[in-house]
Formats: sequence, C-alpha cells, structure tokens
Amino acid sequence: MDSKTPVENLYSVEPALNSSSRRSNFSIPSKASGGNSIREVNFSDLGSKPVRYGSRGADSDTYSTSQKEINDEDARLVHINDPVKTNERFEFAGNSIQTGKYSILTFLPRNLFEQFHRVAYTYFLVIVVLNQLPQLAVFSREASFMPLTFVLLVTAVKDAYEDFRRHRSDRIENNTLASVLVNDQFQQKKWKNIQTINLDGESNLKTRYAKQETLLKIPEKEKVTGLIKCEKPNRNIYGFQANMEVDGKRLSLGPSNIILRGCELKITAWAVGVAVYAGRETKAMLNSSGAPSKRSRLETHMNFEIIFLSLFLIALCTVVSVCAAVWLRRHRDKLDYLPFYRRKHFSGGEEDNYNYYGWGLEIFFTFLMSVIVFQTMIPISLYISMELVRVGQAYFMIGDTQMYDESSQSRFQCRALNINEDLGQIKYVFSDKTGTLTENKMEFQCASIWGKDYSGGKAMSQDQEDGYFVQVDGKVLRPKMKVKTDPELLQFARSGKEMKECGHIHDFFLALAACNTIVPLILDTPDPTVKLIDYQGESPDEQALVYAAAAYGFMLIERTSGHIVIGIQGERQRFSVLGLHEFDSDRKRMSVILGFPDKSVKVFVKGADTSMFSVIDRSLKINVIHTTETHLYSYSSLGLRTLVVGMKELSTSEFEDWHSAYEAASAALMGRTTLLRKVANNIENNLYLLGASGIEDKLQQGVPEAIESLRTAGIKVWVLTGDKQETAISIGYSSKLLTSKMTPIIINSNSKESCRKSLEDAIIMCKKFTTISGTTNNTGRTSRAGLTPVALIIDGTSLVYILDSELEERLFQLSCNCSVVLCCRVAPLQKAGIVALVKNRTLDMTLAIGDGANDVSMIQMADVGVGISGQEGRQAVMASDFAMGQFRFLVPLLLVHGHWNYQRMGYMILYNFYRNAVFVLVSFWYVLFTCFTLTTAISEWSGVLYSVIYTSVPTIVVAVLDKDLSRRTLLKYPQLYGAGHKQECYNKKLFWITMIDAFWQSAVTFFIPLLAYWGSTIDASSIGDLWTLAVVILVNLHLAMDVIRWNWITHAAIWGSIIATFICVIIIDAIPSLIGYWAIFEIAKTRLFWLCLLAIIVAALIPRFVVKVLYQLYTPCDVQIAREAEKFQTQIESGAVEIEMNPILDPPRS
Amino acid sequence: MTDTDRVRHRDTKTAFYLFTQQKLPACKPVLTPAWVITIFLFTGFIFIPLGLVTLRASRSVIEIVERYDTECVPEPFRIDKVSYIQDDSIPKNCSLFLKVHKYMKAPIYIYYQLDNYYQNHRRYVKSRSDQQLLNGQKYQATSSCQPVEFNNARPIVPCGLIAWSLFNDTFTFIRERAELKVNRKNIAWKSDRDHKFGKNVYPSNFQNGTLIGGGKLNPRIPLSDQEDLIVWMRTSALPSFRKLYGRIEEDLDADDVVLVQLMNNYNTYSFGGKKKLVLSTSSWLGGKNDFFGLACVFVGSSSLILAIVFMLLHLKFQR
Repeated sequence: MDSKTPVENLYSVEPALNSSSRRSNFSIPSKASGGNSIREVNFSDLGSKPVRYGSRGADSDTYSTSQKEINDEDARLVHINDPVKTNERFEFAGNSIQTGKYSILTFLPRNLFEQFHRVAYTYFLVIVVLNQLPQLAVFSREASFMPLTFVLLVTAVKDAYEDFRRHRSDRIENNTLASVLVNDQFQQKKWKNIQTINLDGESNLKTRYAKQETLLKIPEKEKVTGLIKCEKPNRNIYGFQANMEVDGKRLSLGPSNIILRGCELKITAWAVGVAVYAGRETKAMLNSSGAPSKRSRLETHMNFEIIFLSLFLIALCTVVSVCAAVWLRRHRDKLDYLPFYRRKHFSGGEEDNYNYYGWGLEIFFTFLMSVIVFQTMIPISLYISMELVRVGQAYFMIGDTQMYDESSQSRFQCRALNINEDLGQIKYVFSDKTGTLTENKMEFQCASIWGKDYSGGKAMSQDQEDGYFVQVDGKVLRPKMKVKTDPELLQFARSGKEMKECGHIHDFFLALAACNTIVPLILDTPDPTVKLIDYQGESPDEQALVYAAAAYGFMLIERTSGHIVIGIQGERQRFSVLGLHEFDSDRKRMSVILGFPDKSVKVFVKGADTSMFSVIDRSLKINVIHTTETHLYSYSSLGLRTLVVGMKELSTSEFEDWHSAYEAASAALMGRTTLLRKVANNIENNLYLLGASGIEDKLQQGVPEAIESLRTAGIKVWVLTGDKQETAISIGYSSKLLTSKMTPIIINSNSKESCRKSLEDAIIMCKKFTTISGTTNNTGRTSRAGLTPVALIIDGTSLVYILDSELEERLFQLSCNCSVVLCCRVAPLQKAGIVALVKNRTLDMTLAIGDGANDVSMIQMADVGVGISGQEGRQAVMASDFAMGQFRFLVPLLLVHGHWNYQRMGYMILYNFYRNAVFVLVSFWYVLFTCFTLTTAISEWSGVLYSVIYTSVPTIVVAVLDKDLSRRTLLKYPQLYGAGHKQECYNKKLFWITMIDAFWQSAVTFFIPLLAYWGSTIDASSIGDLWTLAVVILVNLHLAMDVIRWNWITHAAIWGSIIATFICVIIIDAIPSLIGYWAIFEIAKTRLFWLCLLAIIVAALIPRFVVKVLYQLYTPCDVQIAREAEKFQTQIESGAVEIEMNPILDPPRS
Repeated sequence: MTDTDRVRHRDTKTAFYLFTQQKLPACKPVLTPAWVITIFLFTGFIFIPLGLVTLRASRSVIEIVERYDTECVPEPFRIDKVSYIQDDSIPKNCSLFLKVHKYMKAPIYIYYQLDNYYQNHRRYVKSRSDQQLLNGQKYQATSSCQPVEFNNARPIVPCGLIAWSLFNDTFTFIRERAELKVNRKNIAWKSDRDHKFGKNVYPSNFQNGTLIGGGKLNPRIPLSDQEDLIVWMRTSALPSFRKLYGRIEEDLDADDVVLVQLMNNYNTYSFGGKKKLVLSTSSWLGGKNDFFGLACVFVGSSSLILAIVFMLLHLKFQR
C-alpha cells in the first residue's frame, strides 16, 4: 500500500505508519531550509512571540486564538475515514507540493509576463514598439529587437535555472514514500517526540501526544469515524486549534496534538493520524512564501539621478526637435525638390507628399525618434548589470571562509539579493543579546539554596566524575554533559534528607530535575554497559538545570506524559506527574505537580525572580528571602541568568480542588489557555522558597573584539535584550560594549511623567558632557577624543511610556548623543519600535541582528536584517536578509564585504551613467550635422551591441572583483568604513563630475575625427566605425584607469572587450547587404585613422587623469592613504589616523 | 592519476580557492608623482613631434580649390540660377582657368566638392536598396527606395533618392592645348565594385520620371562598372564633402595654367549648395588638413606644461 506518488486526496484517510518495517518517520526537508532558491520569507504572525525566558514560550501566543470558537464558515471539516464526505463541499489541495513557478508549457508566457512587470523592461518594450511604427523606424526591425531579446533571454535563463532547482527539490519531496491506508486498518496512538529542525530550526525535541480518548482505538479492528473541525490553513507554526468529535464526544485539539509537515518523528516508531492540511496548505509551505523586497539606499539615490538623466534625455530630444523645426521652417519652400529631402512623390501621375505629415507632426516624430536614438541615456542595462553583480558579490560572501561557522558547519547565507551595498553604509547596529552576543549554551554556575550561596564550582575531579550515575538493568547511565560542581553542595546533596538543610537541597534539585519539559534520550556508547543520557528540550536554561541536577545526583531518566523517573543518588524513583502548567510570558513561571511514592503531592514552581517573589509566602523565613534576593542581585551582576525555585506541599483537599479545576480547564473547548492559566495562578501561591540558580550564558567567541571594531568603524551598537538590567549591564561590560570610561545614564520609570523627567535630566547631563568637550572642540578637530562617552540604559517599562508618544523625539535626541544604548526587558515589538525610532528620524542605515523569533520584528523593520542561525530556530533567519553563524562575522561582513560591495556598486553605477552618456552624446553631436534628422553614423548593430558586448563584461567583472583595499587593511583600520558613511563612492558631486567628464570625452571623441576629416571624401560608415572603436576603447580605458587591482580576469575582460569590439565591427562590415560594407578595412588602411584613435584617447582622458592625480596626491581620502600604505608597506603616520578618526563622531543634530 | 596530474589538480584547487576568497594575485598600480610626471612627459614627447610631422605632411599637400557654381552661370541668368539650370535648352558648358602655384606631382586627385549638401540626411540615406543594386530587378522589396521606387509602374534600377540625385557635372582638363590624361577608373572601392553592385545589373527606367534629379546612366554598362554612381552612393559623413572624380596622371609644373572645360549640369542652386573643383596631391596622411597636426601639438604641449606643473607641485608640497 506504499504509494510512490502522492495520493490526491489524503483527507480522511490516515497515513498509518503502522509497522516498524515501513518508513516510520517522514523526514521531509521543508523548503524552509531548502537553500537559496527562496529569497525571503515573511513570518507575519511572529511579532507576537514573547520574550523567551525559562521554557515553553512558544506556545503562549496561541491562547489569544484558542479563546475563539471556530466558526463554521472559517472551519475546515474533515470526516475521519470518509473521503467522499470530506471532499463534498470543498476541493482540498492534494499533497503534492509545487514550489516551482513554471512548467515547460507555461514558462514562456508566464516568465514574459513577470518580466514585463518591471519598469525597466517596459521601457525597453515601449521603445521597441515605437520603433516599429513606420514613421519612426530608426533602426531596422532585427536591430531594434536585439537589446530587449537579450535582456529577456538573460533573465529567462536565470529564472529557468532557479525554477529548475525548485522543481528538482519538489520532485525529491513529492516522491517521498508514505504509507497511506485507505481501508479500515488501524492501530493505536501513542505520544511521540518530533524534531522540527527543518521547520523552525530548533533541533530540540518537542512533545506531541495523542488524545487519551483516541489512544485506545485500534483501527484495524474497529472502524473509526468522526469529524474534525479545524482552522483554515495558516502560517502560524506554533498555533493550531481544532475540535474532534469521536464517539459522540467533543475533544479539543491544540498545537501539541498536531505534527507539522517537515517534522521528524522520534522515540515512537509509528503514529497514526488524520491529515488535515496537505500539499501547499501545510504550514511549512505557507511559510515559504516571499516578502516584499527591499531596495538599497544606493539604488534609491541612483533612481533619483536617473530621473535627472531622463530630464537630460528630454532636453536633448527637445534641442533636436526645435532645431529640426527651425530647419524645416526655413527650408519649407525648398523641401519639395531638395535632392536629399524631396517631399514630392509622383505615383501614377499624381503628386503628393511622401512621408511628410505636416510641420507639427514632423517635429513630434523627430522628438520620438530622438528618444529612440538616445534611449541608452537611461541606463536600463544597468539594472541587469546590478543584478548580475549582486549575484557575484553574494557568491563571494557565501564562499568566504572567514564567515564559515565551523561549529555549526553553516555558511553565510545571502537571502536578499538587492541590498548588498547597503552593508557598506550601516550606521546603527541593533543587536539581540541571548544567542547573538552570547552562545545561548547555558552553563549552571551557582545556586543559592535556603539562603546559602554555593558558587565554588570547580572542574570535577576523577572521583566526582564517577560519582553520579544510575544503574539500570546492570547498565550505567551517565549524563552526556558534565557540569562543574561545588564540593560542599555535592557533599550535602549526597548526604540524604536527614539534616534540615539537606532536605532543602534535596527538594531544590528535585525541583530542578522535575519542573521542566526536558526529554531524556538514552544514547549508546561503545561500552555496552555504559549509556549516556542526552537531555533534549526547548529551553537551554532548562537543559542546563537538568544537567546540573544530574551532576548533583538527581538524574532525570525517563519522562512520559504520566510519570517521570529520577535517579536520586543512584536509586531509581518514580513520580507521577499529576499536572504541568507550562511557561507563559505573563506568569513567567512554570509549575509541575508531582505525586510522590508516599502519596504526598507537591507543587514545584520555577520562574523569573520578579514573578516568583510575588507568590512566595513572605511570612516564612524572611531572612532567607532577603539573602536570596541579595544573592540574586550579585548573580545578575556577574551576568548570570537567574531563576527562583519554590515549592509547596498540597493537602488532599487542596489537591482535589486543583485537580477538578485542572481537569475541567484541560477539557474546555473555549478559552482553554486562559482557564489553565487561572488554575495555575491559583495553585502557584504561598510558595515556600527553596532557592535560586545562576546560569551563565557564555559570550560568543570574538564578540568583544567585534564590538570594538564596529565602534571604531563609527557604527553605533545598540543592544536590545529581554534580560534583566543587571544581567544586560554585566554582559555589556564583558562584551566591551560598556567601558569604565563611560558615564551610564539609567532610565527606569513607571509613568509617563517620570519618564519625561528622567529624559530631560538625561539630556541636560548629556549636554554637559558635550559642552565640556565642545569648548576644546573649537581648538582643533581631533580634540573630540577627550569627550566622555555616555551610555544610556533604559528598560522596557520606560519604553512603554516613551514609544509611540511625544517623548520619542526626546529619547532620540538623547540616544543620538550617547555612544552606547542598552535596552533591557524589551518585548519583541518594542525592539521593532526602537529600530523604527532611529530609522524614521535619520537617513542613516540601520542593521538588526538577532537569532530568535522575538527578533523577527526588528529584523524586518531595519534596513538590513541579519539572522544568526544558532540554537533558537530559523525564524530569525527566515525573516532576515543575510544569515550567518556567529556575531563576530558581522565584522568581515560590514567592514570587508560591505565596504567592497558599496565601493564597487557605487563606482559601477557612475561608470554606467558615464558609459552610456558618452555614447549618446557622440550620436547627439552627429545629429547636429545631419539636419537634425537622427541619422547615425555608427552602424545600428554597433549601437545595439555597445551595451551588450562591447562594454558590458568589464563593468561587471570590475564590479565583482575589484578591491580598493585588502581585507587585512580593512580589518586593521575599521575607520576606513567611514567611506560608506560619508558616501564617498557615490554622491551628487561625483555624479556631476562624471557627467561633465562624459560631456568632454564625447566632444573630444566626436570633434577630433570631424575636424580631421572635414571636407574629405570620408563616408558615413567609415567615420562611424572610427567613432565606435574610439568610444569603446575610450570607455574601456577609462575603466582600466580606475581599476585598482589588476588580476588576470580583469585583464582578460578589458582587453578582451576591446578585441571583441574589433572583431564585431569587422564582422558587421563584412556583410555586403549592410551599408557599411568593408568600411573598416578601407579606413583602417589610412594612417589618419590610427592617429585619430590615439589622439582621441589621450585628449579625452587627460582632464580626468589630471583631476584624479590632483585628488589622489593632494587631497587624498582615507582609502587612498591606506591603499598607498598597503602598497609601500609603510606605517601610517599618526596624522593620517587622526584624519580617519574624524568622521566617526556625528555632527551635532540641530 | 600520475603525480603531475595530482599536482595540477592541487594547483587548480588552490587557484580556485584564491578566486573564491578574492585573493587572486593582482598588480595594484598606485599613482606616484614620479609616475605622473613621467606619463605627462612621455605624452608630450610623443605628441609634439607627431603633431609637427603631421603638420608638415599636411603642408606638403598642394591643393587647388575653385568654386564654380556662380561663375559658371552666365551673367544674365545669375538672378535666377534655378531656372537657368533647369532649362535644358541653354548649353551648360563653362570654362575655368586654374593656375598651378607649385609643382604638383602625379597622381593629382580630382575631386568635386559640395558644401551644404546633406548626403547624411535621414530621408536620403535610407532611400536606397542594396539588394536591388546587387541583384537587379529580381529583387522586388524595394519600398525603402521611396519616393523613387517606380516610374510608370515599372521599377527603377537603381532606385532611391541617392541614385536619382547622381552628380553629373563633367570636367575635362587642357594644358597648353593638350588634353590632360585623366584616369577615371578605380575611383570607387574595389569591395563595392565586386560585392555590392551587381555585375549583371543594368540601369533601367532610370531618370525617366517627371523630375530629373541628376545624372543619367548608360543602360548598357552594368552597375559594377558605373564607378561615378558607386562613388556617389558611398554617402558622405558630413554636409561638406569631396568625391573623387579621377586622377591626373601627369605632373603639373608651377605656373602651369590648366583650362577646365566643364558641363555645369548639377542643380545645387535650389538650396544654396556650393560646388567646387579640387585638384590635390596627397601625402602619407591624406589630404590637406592642418587640424590634426595642430591638435597634436596642443595636446603635447599641454602635457608638457602639466608635467612641469606637477613637478613644481611635487617640489612645493612634498607629502
């Protein structure tokens, strides 16, 4: 019954994976991790994911939807085991997925349709259509179609290749085997864990279980019927809600009862289920759709200049048509018999006007014709070149070994291909902390139990290492990871429950081992008597705590939905789990209700300190609470993440009350989450404080150095974290974000008024520092270094009052004057709000970097979003423009690749403007000598090939390969990044200089041959060939003059293009039916031709060369100085370094 | 796999690695004052001699230019030259005396020069059919020849405005009563004669219309031998142009007087075009044109000046 191809309607048939010999896990590589073919993915609904803390944060956002009853019209009805009825009303999607856009048949029309959606292509098309009108036929039909065809072809090939790759992955996916049972053969359901790495990148296990009611059904024996009513397909991978009617009972189904496409089944060998979404309606597929694409800053500027070029084009056309109008007016009496005009036409004895539509229309036609002739003034080919260049740049970024993460074996990913050059102009970096600056690998460091601090963690000795293991069936179980232990605490933990102190320690570790959602996995080792326990779970904090508990002899061995087994000091003990209240971001704690072997029932609660202290019974042992608070404070000052653990014993009546409430809430169909929370809140009070734990979140490798580099580069680094203020500050110090030289300003306010006041105070304080430095500032440009930097630390509560109110402006003023801003306890949407605060008020580029779902909103808000593909899942990566393995890769990304990309792209845009302008202007000058009738001396084929063959390759090659500075220099002097901030490579001034240069060069190119051949026998084709070759050699040498690094590819591209041009001109002139037949050979025989070429090139390039030399020798920019230093291996004098320092400090805002 | 193969494999691998890491060996030229000054000096020293040599070549060309369009209209008709030229009953012959100032060595090129004549006008250059010129009447799609495509519903060969407006003034040169030998062969490009104008294509129905634009063609001579037509149909690039008429294959001495007997047939009067007769020798560079030499001298001297300026700058502001 294995079906090799997907069955069309899987509804109401159960994909029974009912024997271990069959494939029991359907590991389907979801498109989410599928590779480069998907550029952007938008998680529209992820903004609501709360700050993760503790465990199970992911599920809490579903509560808002679970309150609603599913309306019938919004619901999808699936009749179990009844395909006919299910498909009665709707045609549901089949399970075959198709991410490929085209089929062989639809490729041509659909691809063309999509391509013409772009303005650039439409411009081409309009020009081509204009040219087809007989009155306007400037170029022959074949020649006029050439550029459009070429561009369409290049893009179509690119699209086809991308689509081919998509088809290939579709084929692999659609041919995955699955067992589908159509007949009544069934089984029972069991709970299972699934691995969702393909979906959200979290490689940890998630618990999914079947409803108790269906557990006992054995489909092989009895026919199961029922109705599932579930939501319409949506993108939320953390939410699902449905009702199931089986045997007349209504059961509610939640996210923990569904297995999503792309998941891998673990632990259980098989599972039987009902397919509710299939094919393109699965959540994995819905999540792999595109997001609106971003446009780079440089391109936005460029579009502005293109508007100017359009105006210039219109001006040229107007000049031509006005002159033509005047000429026609002045010769209006002569036109009839003018030998080179001859308006009169005699056909069949009648006289009429040939191809003449009156003065007005003639002028209009002249205008349109000049648009056709001068069309390349608007460098449409530039858009295509830019795309190709970005692909090339992305190739190098992806292949960069310095951005390859060895530990996760992940390469740099370029998900957005439109904003490479923005990386060179980043001014603000907004960074998440956990998982971005830190590794998100938690390590248990210290504990405070019953008011006593145990923080003497040492590396374990041999004796201790043997200390904790459990023997089961003659086999030794050991935790996979070892934890540093405090010897004193270890001693107490081992000594049993006798002493009162030890009792607390016992309960504390029991809580750590039990109160979590960790699943232990037993792994084999080479030694058959020794097994390793690997703790898998969603929260790295919990993992650390469970490993710690194991190290102190409380080893979690087994967890099922009904009970847990903990090896306490080598002895297996079984506890029944009576209830579990999962973590949510409102309560910020979780609890588990355990039934002990001695029939007593205890609640263990674990949570954030703020939320825990409010539910602790303060009447008991007030001094213990105080000391614990002190310990907590000192832990968080060390940068540790803290959790508080409490417990209480339930009396029978309390337990009964709770149990009935819990059962009722669990079975509720509406508002289940809210009800469960209410139950949890009722039980989680008057707790008995056990202690607190401190977990270290280790800094990632190279983070302090990276932050230092970024700061030297003039980039402001803001850290936005959900952590506590003390933790955030201490991480700030250890990551060199904060230094002892800085004056911190801390804003913690609870109302709008106090916010306003603290902001105003802070601004005054900031001003004081800036005025102190301001006085010294007047004396010299470099004295600003003496300024005391100010660090602003602000918490989420204050931000609630500040964001979206008039205080925003003040916060912005303040933060602009601060060198560091640290926001703690911020919610995901606030992160986005802070990014927006900066983005909307300045023209500076912003970059957001983060790793978790809570960073998605900020990643999407910023100009450039970078995702860290780390422990926390793929959502950040899916939402990002670039993804990488480590925070420190930001330095090569921005300082090296960003700088290069920006410099290359800026130069390429200017060069393309120049290149096209020179060619158009040469044509324009000639038009002035042809009665303004738009004759082109340059053959039309050369005109068409100019931007396709003659000059295209070198621009692209140089824009992909040229480097203004070596990687080493750029990393050594991060100040060089200032070139992007100062817009050194592309600005208005450069644009105008380039255009003036283009004007001069075109004039030289045109007028030297014109005057040298004036009054000679030269024919149009010959001089046209001279102009063609002159322009091509000129623009290629112009490029050659600006190339900084000549490698063999550059050589090949530039000289090859010139040779290719000669060959093309020769081929064109070897076609007898064309007018310029043999012209190149005739003119190349003359010496004047070669001398003209030489003179044109030298005379045209001299002004540019002079300006370049003056600029480079007498007002060099930092990049130039560094380049010379690189070349001559000399030390940069201190003066030069100081010059470089200047741009980093902002001009004061007015 | 042999050892050399393995070595080669490793080499390509490293070369590829260098490529992907953007570390290909490269030359990075940096402009230093020394380089800059050298470049300018070099340019100067190339261009000034070049300019002087080309100037000399241009000056060595002896050229006689005689404008005849007004002179060749008899005095009484000068008020209305157009009706004179269009009146077939009036004889159009005319005589010019050209004085040779300097010894001219054979071959002496005879050009006619037309000014203010836009042979590069769009309507004009398009009005031809290269296929018809090569294949004759077999080729039918001659719509590009409009408005000179058909006459009396019969195709015109060669069609089009260019052929229609063929220049038809003729010149004979007499020195001391003896006619100078003028070679009118090989004045057109060989490539045009061989491949562009058909050997079996004869003019037909040409210049038979209401409006006569210019010269007629001998219908018994194939187009490939109609060299005047071929020359005329290589349309000029600029509104002032010369076309080769023939070569005098005898030297002319200083103070020789050449009598030119010409037929002033071609109508440039209707649009104010000028007609000139040019006798010119040639140099290695071509005809007489001082511009190029002057331009080179200018470029060369500017380079020298720039070299000096940069030298001074370098001495004054040493970095």
